[in-house]
Amino acid sequence: MTTECEVLVLGGGGAGCSAALHLAQRGVKVVLLERGLVGSQASGVNYGGVRQQGRHPAELPIARRSREIWGRLKEITGTEAEFTVTGHLKLARSDAEEAELIAYLDVAKQHGLPLRMVGRNAIHREYPWLGPAVVAGSFAPEDGSANPRLLAPALARAARAAGAEIREHTKVVSHHHAAGRFELTSEADEVFRAPVLLNMAGFWGGAVADAFGEPVPVRPLSPNMMVTEPAPYFIEPNLGVVGGNVYLRQIPRGNVILGGGHGESDPAVPWSRPLPEVTLEALEHAVRLVPALAGVQVIRSWSGIDGKMPDGIPVIGPSRTTPGLFHAFGFSGHGFQLGPAIGAILSELVLDGRTDTPLEAFRIDRFQAAA
Amino acid sequence: MRVAVVGAGPAGVRAVEVLVAAGHRPVWIDEAPEGGGRIYQRPPAPLQRDAKTLYGFEAKRATALHAAFDALKTRADWRPETLAWHIRAGAKRLHTLHRGAQGVVDYDAALLCTGAMDRVIPVPGWTQPGVTTLGGAQIALKAQGCGIGRRVAFLGSGPLLWLIAYQYAKAGAEVVAVLDTTPFATKAAAAPRLLRGGATFAKGLFYVGWLRAHRVRVAEGVTPLAIEGGAEGVTGLRWRDAAGREHEVACDAVGMGWGLKPEAQLADLAGIPFRFDALQHNWVPQRDAAGRTPIAGHYLAGDGAGIGGAEVAELAGARAALALLQDAGQAVDATTVARLDAALAQQQRFRAALDRAFPFPAHLAAALPDDAILCRCEGLRAGELRAAARADNAAGPAPEMNRAKAFSRTGMGRCQGRVCGAAAAEILAAELGQPVKAIGRLRGQPPVKPMPIPAPRPAREAVS
Repeated sequence: MTTECEVLVLGGGGAGCSAALHLAQRGVKVVLLERGLVGSQASGVNYGGVRQQGRHPAELPIARRSREIWGRLKEITGTEAEFTVTGHLKLARSDAEEAELIAYLDVAKQHGLPLRMVGRNAIHREYPWLGPAVVAGSFAPEDGSANPRLLAPALARAARAAGAEIREHTKVVSHHHAAGRFELTSEADEVFRAPVLLNMAGFWGGAVADAFGEPVPVRPLSPNMMVTEPAPYFIEPNLGVVGGNVYLRQIPRGNVILGGGHGESDPAVPWSRPLPEVTLEALEHAVRLVPALAGVQVIRSWSGIDGKMPDGIPVIGPSRTTPGLFHAFGFSGHGFQLGPAIGAILSELVLDGRTDTPLEAFRIDRFQAAA
Repeated sequence: MRVAVVGAGPAGVRAVEVLVAAGHRPVWIDEAPEGGGRIYQRPPAPLQRDAKTLYGFEAKRATALHAAFDALKTRADWRPETLAWHIRAGAKRLHTLHRGAQGVVDYDAALLCTGAMDRVIPVPGWTQPGVTTLGGAQIALKAQGCGIGRRVAFLGSGPLLWLIAYQYAKAGAEVVAVLDTTPFATKAAAAPRLLRGGATFAKGLFYVGWLRAHRVRVAEGVTPLAIEGGAEGVTGLRWRDAAGREHEVACDAVGMGWGLKPEAQLADLAGIPFRFDALQHNWVPQRDAAGRTPIAGHYLAGDGAGIGGAEVAELAGARAALALLQDAGQAVDATTVARLDAALAQQQRFRAALDRAFPFPAHLAAALPDDAILCRCEGLRAGELRAAARADNAAGPAPEMNRAKAFSRTGMGRCQGRVCGAAAAEILAAELGQPVKAIGRLRGQPPVKPMPIPAPRPAREAVS
């Protein structure tokens, strides 16, 4: 069986589903191919941070744009995916870390990101439950968190409603490009053809790029995630630290969601799981930040697979080898917040041939010079 | 060779017995302070009573198993009160928790004898104080020397229902009703095959006969309607009889259960594939008749490998330990292996008849009213799970169990679906119009049971 369409999207994470939605809204015949269920990997099993603070400066224009979409998510998809604006509090545990927070204030200012320094005296007054290890923090009031399990499925449902075809359980085993058309073949021998292909396949996006002659040094990345039983609600902001070895948030029903470090994975299966030693280390970091967490029970841990680039920022933009091919993958553990905007940006690249959002830093050929 | 055995119930004890006899000193882990497992759980010293009172017909087996355990625990690296909260089959490492202290056990071969737990079907009102599983009711009696109430009703299906009702009545509790959801005809149809079980079958008949003779209210083929209650807990149980009439009995406690399900989380985490056993109506980890799994170096025995009961567990524990030794190149006694294989095969035929006699009443689970609590950890009602499967769900319809969990939170609480999972699967399958085995099962995620966040360690500065 052969399916013809105008745009093929490879990968049903948050970004891919958003791309399908934005394209379908502009009348494009789009088919999204997903190996499992949408949102099964990085964008569906992550921490759920909707965070702009602390991002690489090159990512901030995308994050700003995505934050605006997050604010309209309910109107777009019918659910806000539990997006809550709690603010994000990034903590310093040493003088050097505090200096880093101060330095970022300028970056935030340049991009119009509201950010407030909470100094040594104020931090324990404003957040009396923080442990003595904390020396300062910076607070981003626009940031918050959402439920990652809901984002991609909700975007996929909205995309379907707008006319996109979302094909789950469709594993693509070969990619070709000839005479201006991409031809993808699934494991079940189904053929999909289109003049435009969006490579939004997360870690596996590396193999797709490779198939079109532009290999990139992407590696699998598996977050070490945990959740506790419900405890009395007291941690309002989403918490992070300079260096990123732990991050945690509490939802009003009481569960504390926390992560830190990386687990193990086998992308070929695909299979991923937290590492026990890393779990215990993350718990140690967490209880130093918030000592009242001692004794609260961890009830579940999980992981997923994302693609990590050597410089920690994704590949976004047109292929340098194949006309009609666009990449957006390798979000390096922080693509959840960006997903909605990435879809909008790729729809512009496809339909308008340009976008106002600067993408220069994300060029796929940036690794070649170094090689 | 470093061998780890998880579980000191009937399977674990007999497995360690074989391993010790072959010259090994296995690391032996159990969550309980003493061996015996759930079925032969021993009361703490101040509540000690004679074996006959505690275990009835099973007194001899219990006494023999305890004696074997007592003789073995100094010859193994016995680690009581220890939870194996994760296993990494690739690294051959178990992660343990003992009184708040983390530990690891590295092994060359692991034998998992992790037992079973009650299989529960929620009934409206089941989360009130006074409602207990059948197994819980039995442990209260055996290990704590107390009952779950003064006027107790028992509800469910399977041999345990009648046994526990009998034990309660013998112990002096007022058993106000024994309500079996299995119709008499179903059991009668399986009776000829059950006769092959010999003594086990006779014991079952004895309990039923004794209860009837002592004028305990007994009904078969019932449909439970609700557990009634007030501020103080349970006040009564309502049901519909086989002829369609409604009844209510006043009681202050309800013990309920529908057979057992394997506690197979470690097997799951070890990556052992599962299959749906249609007769047991349970997902069970794959193993051969000797207990070998598709993951080299990992063996299963006892109810954790598929429900067989305590007698089977003893045989299977010994057999799996012999398989482990065989695979390690050690000589084993061929006669013993043949005897165990024959006994296990015979028991399996009896077990199949038992499963036919007491089929899991999936229809009762699937019919749980929308407003009844399904997942008690998360306070979720059956209707919320059904909603996650419907096309108008905001995130789209959930086509399988783990997606339904992700959308609805069913099975996301402290018990991780161990209690509500079986019923939740029936509800989802019915809503999707699929057979229950087609919608998958809740995947295992560490820790196996809740694990406390340790207190912060003193900062280095403070120590120096």
